[in-house]
Amino acid sequence: MSRPRTLLLAALALCAAGSVFSGSINPYYHDILIMIGINILLAASLNLIIGHTGQFSLGHAGFMAVGAYSSAWITIAWGASAGWLAYLSALFAGGVAAAAAGLAVGVPSLRLRGDYLAIVTLGFGEIIKGVIQNAEPLGAQRGLGGMAQHTNFFWTFACVALAIYGITTLVHSTYGSGFLAVRDDEIAAEAMGINTTKYKVLAFVIGAFVAGIAGGLYAHFKQFIHPEGFSFLRSVDIVVMVILGGMGSTAGVCLAAVVLTVLPEFLRSVSDYPWLPAPVRELAENRMILYSILIVVLMLTRPQGLFGKLDFGRKKP
Amino acid sequence: MNILELKRVTMQFGGLKCVSDLTLRVDANELVGLIGPNGAGKTTVFNLVTGVYRPSSGTIRFLGRNVAGRRPYQITGRGIARTFQNIRLFGSLSVFDNVRTACNMHLRHGISHALLRGRGFRAEEEEIRATVMGFLEVFELADLRGRPANSLAYGDQRRLEIVRALATRPKLLLLDEPAAGMNPSEKDRLMTLIRLTKEKFHLAILLVEHDMRVVMGICERIVVLDYGTKIAEGPPDEIRRDPRVIAAYLGEEAA
Repeated sequence: MSRPRTLLLAALALCAAGSVFSGSINPYYHDILIMIGINILLAASLNLIIGHTGQFSLGHAGFMAVGAYSSAWITIAWGASAGWLAYLSALFAGGVAAAAAGLAVGVPSLRLRGDYLAIVTLGFGEIIKGVIQNAEPLGAQRGLGGMAQHTNFFWTFACVALAIYGITTLVHSTYGSGFLAVRDDEIAAEAMGINTTKYKVLAFVIGAFVAGIAGGLYAHFKQFIHPEGFSFLRSVDIVVMVILGGMGSTAGVCLAAVVLTVLPEFLRSVSDYPWLPAPVRELAENRMILYSILIVVLMLTRPQGLFGKLDFGRKKP
Repeated sequence: MNILELKRVTMQFGGLKCVSDLTLRVDANELVGLIGPNGAGKTTVFNLVTGVYRPSSGTIRFLGRNVAGRRPYQITGRGIARTFQNIRLFGSLSVFDNVRTACNMHLRHGISHALLRGRGFRAEEEEIRATVMGFLEVFELADLRGRPANSLAYGDQRRLEIVRALATRPKLLLLDEPAAGMNPSEKDRLMTLIRLTKEKFHLAILLVEHDMRVVMGICERIVVLDYGTKIAEGPPDEIRRDPRVIAAYLGEEAA
């Protein structure tokens, strides 16, 4: 058995072991933990599109919304009898629906690049939000609730392990070298016999699929979803994770997802520490300002990303 | 037997005819030079053959089949590989990965195998690794295999581009000004390399080059373009004395 697959099984076993204890964790920390998992999924999948394939996308929250709403709609329609099997199929269906949306967005990416593609994907995200806001069966502006809380520690981190394994093993394979070639030089990639169309669309489809799964996990964790939760700002949050983590480094991007999920929560608690000097505590009360400053500082000191060129599973040829 | 045949090919951008009524052939295992003053349309010919442009009229046949209008990756798939005038390597990828990328088109295994990493997939990856290392060793790049391509010296980058093109296992190799920016000793090494490549891989080569010493030194036949039309064709000695060629390069009076 090859090493990456052994690592995947080990990670899944670790998730199962962790889920035994997850019940006894303080619910607040448990909440943060699940959000870390969901954000890792979002950031790692967007990294496939932006970091590995070089297609700038600002519509990732849109894919997440498609996954969240489709899966929620399925489990609600299933009714109270929906067990974990129904939940898993709903998650998968949400991923497939998001992948279909990814296919729709991938097609313009064949003609547009850089800023122009960013604007089109931004528009796409807003259209998804707009459609949901006006769709009565999906709760429109009231939001959609009533899903059972199926998402737990195990399912979240099992998905994280599978996604990281999948993306990493793909981009390190000869098959996946097509993604990197498209990013570095599209014309040269074509000249090397690589179907650049296929790889660009594939990156959007896979990235959207994983984001759709993340959306499904989110919907069945919070048990309530609202169109505003999938706004442009959510997409920007994910882009920040990718850029801060270092484009193209899955490990760095995962770390950035952890840091940027924990940081606002940590800053929330700083104002409660009596031993800290008063100005620091006051600053921490305006934690969003401090959060922004920290991002600027990180970007200035680590422009190559938190991990730079280091990544999972990179071996010397 | 000719493997590449352009028949009455014209390429027009608006009112500007970059290539007009060009007929050209390259035989199997032949080294043909394509020369001409700046703006004569040499690179346009390359872009037509490799599918970057679709000709306004005329046919381009490769191994007997019309390839005009095919996408570049499809043409590479049929056996034409190229290098670029301004080097186009995958800059952030390692030397090894640059060459490995060229093996992508010959993969037997698809995406599901890459995800499941079964025995067949791993065997193929190992096979590709051996192939790539073989190429790198022949061209003395093996020691640099882990370095990012954009950190290489200029001459090494040129060499890597040729190796990468060869790794697609072409039947016809197009070299666009491979000697550009090289010093005389690098040019000598390049000429040896091109000859070696042709012998070792049984290729036909079409070469665009400005450096007359290189062109006259290695080409078996030379085609001269001026303002998009062919003005002369023949072995190097003939071309060197051809008054039309001298006129095109140095002006009417010199001829």
